[in-house]
Amino acid sequence: MIESQAKEQLGIYLVIGTCFGVIITKAEVISWFRIQEMFRFQSVYMYAVMASAVATAGSSLFLIRRLGLRDGAGDLLGLAPKEMGSGRRYWIGGMLFGLGWAFVGACPGPLFALVGAGATVIIVPLLSAVLGTWMYGRVRHRLPH
Amino acid sequence: MRRPWPWYVAGPLIGMMVPALLLAGNRAFGFSSNLRHLCAATVPGRIPYFQYDWRRRGGWNLAFALGVMLGGFIASHALDASVVHIGDSARQSLASLGVHDTSGLVPRELFHWGALLTWRGVVTLVGGGMLIGFGTAYAGGCTSGHAISGLADGQLPSLVAVLGFFAGGLLATWLILPVLLR
Repeated sequence: MIESQAKEQLGIYLVIGTCFGVIITKAEVISWFRIQEMFRFQSVYMYAVMASAVATAGSSLFLIRRLGLRDGAGDLLGLAPKEMGSGRRYWIGGMLFGLGWAFVGACPGPLFALVGAGATVIIVPLLSAVLGTWMYGRVRHRLPH
Repeated sequence: MRRPWPWYVAGPLIGMMVPALLLAGNRAFGFSSNLRHLCAATVPGRIPYFQYDWRRRGGWNLAFALGVMLGGFIASHALDASVVHIGDSARQSLASLGVHDTSGLVPRELFHWGALLTWRGVVTLVGGGMLIGFGTAYAGGCTSGHAISGLADGQLPSLVAVLGFFAGGLLATWLILPVLLR
């Protein structure tokens, strides 16, 4: 019983993920060219996509909170606040990711979508990203957070 | 349906991922955690960062990631990849860097298996990938977790991270790529 429930739940996320993969591919936000165009300020396209995504997500979050929606366990739906700490992890980690984002022309989600879309060589940056995360885990205790 | 979708369709649909995952099971939209789950599932070693029940905490997100791959496959078969969609000014800038073929989703002249035999290909594909993995883990999120979920929730750490993303991206685009691609 518990087994089948767990499987059913994973199915929901598989379906939502498939929708997301279709959306980002059809919107071309997984395109290296679109990312280059964005960083060169030669089109407002990516900025418009991001701004409207944030506006939609923000108003849905507002509504979900306002309605006081809860999950099956009775907890309020919402996102956990992130700890600022010294803030260094955000700008240093953010900049390192930004460099990789411009080199590969994709962030983690699009890496998966690109492999699915048939750009097989993107398996290389995808596995390199897993390795990069592993290296972070290895040196984590020595980094400022 | 065969044409690319405009921003006012794509953006709101991407934003809807946040409420969809909350309603499905109170899950936070953030993709880069999957890289950590993959490490925890394969080679956790004795690293504390990877010692947790990845099936319980990350099973849903790995199913989501598998879906994203499937979605990319489905959409690519309904997308005319031969058409150039970026503007003329971007095309001219890229041509001056030696990127002439702007069809498809990735630059074929730079990204192909043979490119891994050149230092340029290794730096962009392997180095770039490692920076993505290291940077997102260090920053605690990527474009989905910080730029969409975090900003939509009004979280200051996410704003700092997003400013970092753009600082890094601009540095790579304006200073490093021109040298690399020359």
